[in-house]
Formats: sequence, C-alpha cells, structure tokens
Amino acid sequence: MTGVLVLEQSLNGLQFGLMLFLLAAGLTLVFGIMDMINLAHGSLYMVGAYLIATAAAATGSFWIGLAAGVVGTAVIGMLLEVTVLRRLYQRDHLSQVLGTFALLLMANEGVRMLWGAQPIALNPPDSLAGPVELLPGFFYPAYRLLIIGVGLGVALLLYVLVTRTRLGMQVRAGASNREMALAMGTNVRRLFTAVFGLGAALCAVAGGMLGPLLAVQVGMGESILILAFVVIVIGGIGSIRGALFGALLVGVVDTAGRALIPLAFGHWLGPEAASGAGPAVASMLIYLLMAAVLFWKPRGLFPAHG
Amino acid sequence: MADAMAERFLRMRTVSSSSSHSPPAAPQAVSPHEARPGLLDHALHLRWTLPLLAVLAALPLVASALGEAFYVGLATRILIFALAATSLNLILGFGGMVSFGHAAFIGIGAYAVGILMQQGVVSAWIAWPAAVLASALFALVVGAISLRTRGVYFIMITLAFAQMLFYLMVSVKAWGGEDGLSLAGRSVLGGGFDLGDDTRFYYVVLVLFVLAFLVIQRLLNARFGHVLQAIRENETRMLAIGFPVYRYQLAAFTLAGGLAGLAGALLANQSSFVSPSLLQWNQSGLLMVMVILGGVGHLWGGFIGAVVFLLLEEVLAAYTIHWQFVLGAVLLLVVLAAPRGLAGLLRREPRA
Amino acid sequence: MKTVSAASPLKPLAVAALAALAFSAQAADAVKIGLLSTLSGPGAGLGIDIRDGFQLAVKHGGGKLGGLPAEVVVADDQQSPDVARQTADRLIKRDKVDFMTGVVFSNVMLAVGAPTFASKTFYISANAGPSQYAGEQCNPYFFSASYQNDNLHEAVGKTVQDKGFKRVALLAPNYPAGKDALAGFKRFYKGEVLLESYTPLNQLDYGAEIAKMRAAKPDAVYIFLPGGLGINFIKQFVGAGLSKDMTLFGPGFSADEDVIKAVGEPMLGMFNSSLWAHDLDNAANKKFVADFQKEYGRLPTLYAAQGYDAARLIDGAVRDVKGNLADKAAVRRALEAARFESVRGPFKFNTNHFPIQDYYLRVITKDPQGRVTNRTLGTVFKSHADAYVGSCKMPVA
Repeated sequence: MTGVLVLEQSLNGLQFGLMLFLLAAGLTLVFGIMDMINLAHGSLYMVGAYLIATAAAATGSFWIGLAAGVVGTAVIGMLLEVTVLRRLYQRDHLSQVLGTFALLLMANEGVRMLWGAQPIALNPPDSLAGPVELLPGFFYPAYRLLIIGVGLGVALLLYVLVTRTRLGMQVRAGASNREMALAMGTNVRRLFTAVFGLGAALCAVAGGMLGPLLAVQVGMGESILILAFVVIVIGGIGSIRGALFGALLVGVVDTAGRALIPLAFGHWLGPEAASGAGPAVASMLIYLLMAAVLFWKPRGLFPAHG
Repeated sequence: MADAMAERFLRMRTVSSSSSHSPPAAPQAVSPHEARPGLLDHALHLRWTLPLLAVLAALPLVASALGEAFYVGLATRILIFALAATSLNLILGFGGMVSFGHAAFIGIGAYAVGILMQQGVVSAWIAWPAAVLASALFALVVGAISLRTRGVYFIMITLAFAQMLFYLMVSVKAWGGEDGLSLAGRSVLGGGFDLGDDTRFYYVVLVLFVLAFLVIQRLLNARFGHVLQAIRENETRMLAIGFPVYRYQLAAFTLAGGLAGLAGALLANQSSFVSPSLLQWNQSGLLMVMVILGGVGHLWGGFIGAVVFLLLEEVLAAYTIHWQFVLGAVLLLVVLAAPRGLAGLLRREPRA
Repeated sequence: MKTVSAASPLKPLAVAALAALAFSAQAADAVKIGLLSTLSGPGAGLGIDIRDGFQLAVKHGGGKLGGLPAEVVVADDQQSPDVARQTADRLIKRDKVDFMTGVVFSNVMLAVGAPTFASKTFYISANAGPSQYAGEQCNPYFFSASYQNDNLHEAVGKTVQDKGFKRVALLAPNYPAGKDALAGFKRFYKGEVLLESYTPLNQLDYGAEIAKMRAAKPDAVYIFLPGGLGINFIKQFVGAGLSKDMTLFGPGFSADEDVIKAVGEPMLGMFNSSLWAHDLDNAANKKFVADFQKEYGRLPTLYAAQGYDAARLIDGAVRDVKGNLADKAAVRRALEAARFESVRGPFKFNTNHFPIQDYYLRVITKDPQGRVTNRTLGTVFKSHADAYVGSCKMPVA
C-alpha cells in the first residue's frame, strides 16, 4: 500500500464527494425549504447528463454542451415545479413520495423514448483526456482534477449566493423557519421556483461532470439518489454547509473503504474474503457512518432548523 | 389509573370495538353520538368481500378452462404482494411509522426458505414458521433501535438496515450472492398435497392471505389497533395519558415484520428463486407506493394497491413497450386526484 | 414440477382441449422464439446486437425458420436474474415459446436455465456459456451457439504467454462469467499474476482499480469487462496514462465494434481474441456482414454473429424435423447435428452441446477506409474444445 495509492484514492474521494455535494445541495434545499421529499431529484441529474451529452455532441464542444445542458435542465426543473410539484407542497410526505416516484418512472421512460435504451457517450474535452503529473512520478487524470475544480468552484459560488445575496438570505430564512419567512413577506412562489431551478442546475452540473466517467444511461440517478439522501441526513436537512461536509465525508469514506477494506481483508482473511466480503462491508460503511452520526448528533451535523 | 382514563378516552371516540358486520360509511355530517362504528374501526363490508372471495376462489378454474394457466401464477404473485403491502400498511398507515426498509423482512423470509431448502429442509411446516420467526426477530431488533428516532430519521435508519442486509446477502457466495439462489422446488406440505401444482399453491396462498387479513382486521378493531391508531393521530397526547407508546409501536413493527416474512417465504416458493434484489430499497419503495396508491390507513389499502399496481404493470406491458411512462402518469393522476388513495375514493368517510 | 390439475367438472373439457392441441402439434403452424436479452443499461449494446443478428437471419429466411413462419417475442431482462426469471416464466407459460434464446450475462442465464429446462423448452445460447452448463450441470435442453465462457480468455492467456509478458494484472466483474474468464486465462498463462481484482457488475468507476494497477506496475493488463463496463474502464485507463506503460489485452467482448465506437482512437493497439471476425473469409460471413451493414448501418459485433448463427441453427433443426416440434427427441438430435452454415466456418457440437471451433487473435487498427476496427492477425486455437466436457454426464432427457 504505497503513498501514491493513498494520495490517488484521497483525490478520488474528494472528487466523488464534491459531485455528491452538488446533488445533495439541491436536495437539502428542497427538503429544508419546501419540506418536500423529491424522489425525482436523481431524474434531473439524469436528464442533465443527457442534455449535456446531446448538446456537446451537436456543437462539438464539451463546454458549450455543459452550459446549454445546465440551462436546459434548470428550465425543465422550473417548469416541473410550476406545473406538478407545486401541488404537492401541501400534501403529506407519503403523497410526495408517490408523486415524485411517478415522475421518476415517467422521466426514465421519457428519456428511453427520446434517446433509446442504450447508454450514450459523453466524452471529456480532448485537452483533458490525458493524465497530469502532479508530483514527480505521480500522474492523475486531468479530467478528475477538473471535476474537483468545478466542484470547489460551485461550492464557492453557492457560498457567495447564500451568504451575500438577497435570494440567499431568503433561502436561509426559509430553511430555518418557513412560517416565519412567509410571514415576513417572502414571495413564496418565486422563491420556491428559483430554489428548484437552482437544484436542477446543480444536478445537471454533476451529471455532466460525472458523465464521461460513468455511463450516461437510463436509471443512472437512482443509485446516486440514495447516497444523496444519506448525505443530507448526515449533514443536517436544510443546511448547505451540512451538505458539503456530509458529502465530503461520505465521498472520502466510501472511496477509501472500497480501496482499503478489500486490501485489508485480503491481507488478513485471504483473497476470497477480499472479493466477496470486502466490497460488501465497504458498501455498508456509509450506512454505518450515517447511523453513527445520527447516534451522536440526531439532527445531523449542521441542522438548519432553529 | 392511566389505563382506565385512556379506555374512557377511546370509548368516547368509538361505539363498538369489534364490528365486522357494521353497515358501510354514513353520510358526511354526522352527530358523534349516533350509534355507528368508530373512526378507528375498519369494517370488512361482507357485502363486497364475500363475492370478491368467491371470484378469487374461482379464478384458477376459469384460467385453466381458458388455457391461460399462466395467470394463476400471476394471481398468486399479486396475492403475495397484497399480503406484504397489507403488513406494511399496518405500520405505515395505521401506525404512522414510515418504514423504508420493509423489503428486508420479505427478503429474510424468502432467504430463510431458500437456505433451509439448500440444506435439505423442504418441509413447509418447518421452513415457513422459521421464515416468519426470523423476520419477526429481525424486525424486533431493527424496531428496537429505529423507533427511538422520528420522522425522516426513522425513514433513513430503517432504510440503512435494509441496505446493510442487502449488501450482506450480496457478499455471501454460499447463498448465491448477487446472482441469487435457485430453489430445487416448492416447499412440501405433506399428505400428497403437491405445492408444485400452481393451482394448489394458489389456494394455499389465498387461504393464508385471508387468515392474515382477518387477523389484522381483528387486531385493528381491538384495543391494540385503536391505541396504535391513536398514537398515529397524536403521539404526545398518548404519551401524556400514560400509554407505553414505544412498546405498542414495537409490537406492531414486529408483527408487520413477521407477516412480511411469511410473504417472503411464499414469494420464494412462487418463483423458486431468491436474490438480494428482493432486499433493495427499490423494493421497499415499490411496496410503499402500493400502500400509498391503495390508501394509507385503509384496511383494504394494501390489497387494492398491490392488485392495481401489478395488474396495471402486466396489462400495460402487453400494450406498449413504454408502459412505465403510462404507469407513472396513472400514479401521478391518482396522487393529484385521490388524496387518500384509491380506497379513499371508494369509501366516502366522514372526516374527523 | 408444474402440472395442470384437472380434478374438477371441467375435466372432460380439458381433455378435449388437450386432444385438440395434441392433434395440431403434429405439424406446428409457426415456430415461436422467446428472445430474452439485455436491452437496457450498460449491457444493452450486446443484447441489441444479438437481437438484430437474430432478426436478420429470420429476414434472410423470408420471415421463416425451417420453413415455418417465425414469431420472435423480444423481451428485456434488464440484466437482472430476478426480472429475467419472471420474464422467462411468462414467455414459457403464457406465450408458450418453442425455443428460448438471447441471454447475454451468465448470472442471468443460470437463473433462466432452470425453469426453461424444467418445462422441456430448448435453450439456444447466443452468448452466455457458463462452465456449470458445460460440465456438471450439462442439460439436454441447452445448446450453445456461441462459446464456453473460458474459451476466449484461454486464447488470450496463450497469446500473452507466447508474447513473453511476465507480470500481469487481471480484472473481471464478480459474477460467474467473470470467474470463468480469469480461470480460463490462467489456464494458459503461466507467468506472474500481480493483481487479480473482481469488481461488482454495476461498478462503472474504476479509479480504485487503476490506482492499484499503477502501484503494482505490471507490463500487461488483462481485462474482461463486457459492453459499457469495458468502455468506461478503457477510457479511464487511457485517461490515467497507464496505456503508455502497460499493454492492454482483452477478450473479443471488450474490444468489439460497440466499445470501439464509444472509445475510438485511444484503443488502437489493443489485442483481443474472438471466435469470429468480420473479415473472416467465407460466403456466409460475407453475406452476413454486408447485409448487416445495409440493414442497421453499423458493423456487426461477435454478439450479432452469434445471434445470427443461433437463428440459423434453429432454422436447420426445424427443417430437419419437418416442423414437428412436438417430437423433442427428434429436435434434439437435429440440433446436435447442427446442419447449417455458420458465419464462422465449419461448426460442430461437442458431447456437452458446446461448440468445437477455432479462436482468432485480433488487433485494433485503422482499416484502409480509416475506420478504427479489428483486424485478424492469426489463429490461436484450432478446433478447440472447452475444459469442462469431461465432467459432463449428459442426462437422458
């Protein structure tokens, strides 16, 4: 187990965590402010990836594709909010589960109808397709560095947005005490639509960034959705800071676990255990982490509600 | 003393505690002193249920006559899911506990049967009770830990348990791992009653479902059920009165887990195949969707939800390859138009 | 296991119906095929190719197989053994198909096999060839029109050994075919194995495995990652800069047209083995490749070739029994005789219903038209049988 391995895995964990953050941020805002469980959040991630891939293929440029796809997904998200989701705010969580689950089914099939059942290709920009020498003898994929950069950039943008703008102030107010914020005169409908659109845009960025690494395929949102829920529970619902912390924690623990636990098992228990039990325990790690955090801090690390 | 007070409180809201022959719902505005079943009671409506039972009993005969024996298997599957959904409704609808890990109990029941059969134990009299016990035990443990939390945290903790169990079953190669475990055949009831015959198996499942349903109905109309529903309505008040809320919830949770285990055992028999995908969160979500669709907190909610959902799936898939879209649209429509599920549409219940 | 119970007043009716059915079974009026394959998800490309190859063969027969109108029921197994099992049930019991085919992944195959054989329906595999069905669990109703999972990996193992590589890293998904793959590779490669990793079938991010390879420094890497998995790995492998120091080897599945289309030039120079190549010189293959391109606008992969051959195998068998599909023993004998023209040249079955055939070495280069594609370099194995035939005691059906 060399230092290079540890370094590379740490960077991978950071990269994964930052992407999870993009998804979790939108999800925690929607849950925190609108008090809505949105199972279709992963579908926005998927739609975002598809739009970006299509735009990138059509224009020949990854960056234009990214921009177009993000804008497109934000628009779709806002349209969805205005037409369907708005009616679910007043309903109980279970109805929201059913409604957003229905949207998830429709989104999956809709994408399949438009783009076919096979995964589509999204290639990273040519300039970043190769490795970069970070330290003498240590090469790291340039594209993953880009993901880290974009993730940090977006996090910074969000920070500025939330702490320094009026919209951000309303978001924070809404997250910590919805009724009070409404009483103080926030324009509810516009705020909600804006928040939803922002969440959709963040999903699209994550989808576009991860697309070249993973496959752009129908149902790609489901597996990452469950992780996003774990992240916001760990971080504290309604808190963006919590989403960042939670996402980084989950990202690093998950990545490190996947690399180190099979190694450790192989060392002590043999190769059979390494390939069998190793990945299983690594996967369970996130849930154990969540249980541990909840045990110690039942409302999450940075609960937003006052 | 607290118990007596509670009894009086409950009796104020109910007239009779076990009324399976009560007439269907009364008109909207009603004086609370009229002699009618309480809000916490659930009638069987024998006027409708007996014909339904007759139809269900005749189904295999009709199917065989039409040469469509395949549908007996489908009907069996639907009944099994109806059982599972009803068990979830017990805690979700009547207990107010949103468990996102219910598939775990089904999975345990299924694996219990599968593993026992792998070891050579094929008798249904051993395997099925073992399945129920195993899942009830797991439910007890999960419930004991999870019921200390509330709201979304309860949801996530139950989910976490189910996911961990899923990953565990994926990793154990001896029990099939990710690829699943094929069962050599169905459980043996003995006495020459071959469960391998789809029709016979269907009847066994039907009988078990009816029994389980009756048990739940009796339970809901008895003190236990009333307390459970009252806890759902206002937990703080019940705590203040002095009810051991935690114990009631845990008991309900364990019972629901055991019934789900029975459903799992039957499911393992029906498909002769067990795989970890039974335990995944998608399955838990699907069960929840069935319950919500059918009507949360309605006696028939689980049954209606399972029947409608699975039938829709089957019918739509025969018509169009894009059936998932239509299914989603239908579900969305139901959510928007029927706030209390399909059963809520059928019953015109006076609102409290 | 399943018998229709007729202990009821409907018995005479049932008997009459059965009699009518038995009568009509003398000469079936159509042959129904259940094509259950992976048509969604990262493995979709493989299933779609099998389906397209199969349907092209039906088209070549004028919509008929063996002289009978062919009804092909296509279904998606979603790469899930669970879903596949239920769908197979539906195909066998509701649609009452005469033949089943199409499964891509071996774990799905093992779940579909049991009910198919139990219902005495023939399964013609257009891809999956698990070692279980070649050896201890061989079954009279199973026929592989493709290969046995280990074979292509054995061919690469021999190639890597012959080329003199001594330090190798291995990677395969953690499912029956994955294990068969690395077992087959190691059967012929005798050098040092520095790293042997099994990843979950749904894992698409190979960052961890690539990091471990970088640390272990092999001179060759052998991967078995079908379809979308291979696409992802190769892109990430090249992106991490490892392709400069390590030669990449794979079986034909990880280096066929579907992967090439998605990855492109970074794949140049990758060696792979296959039982078929689009530049094989025989009449049936030339027609197949030309018509496939015309019909679908792309070059066929070995999955398409296998799908095509599966259909032709069925065609030959149905023709041999003159449409009498009810006589299972005759159908089996006809299948075993395998009287059809395969696109890979001469085709014959071993006693365990797996083919004895040649395996070729291919490399990814640019063809005269500038397309990135496979070029056949030579033959690795001639008339190669699988390693499990010895443990197969074919039961009497």
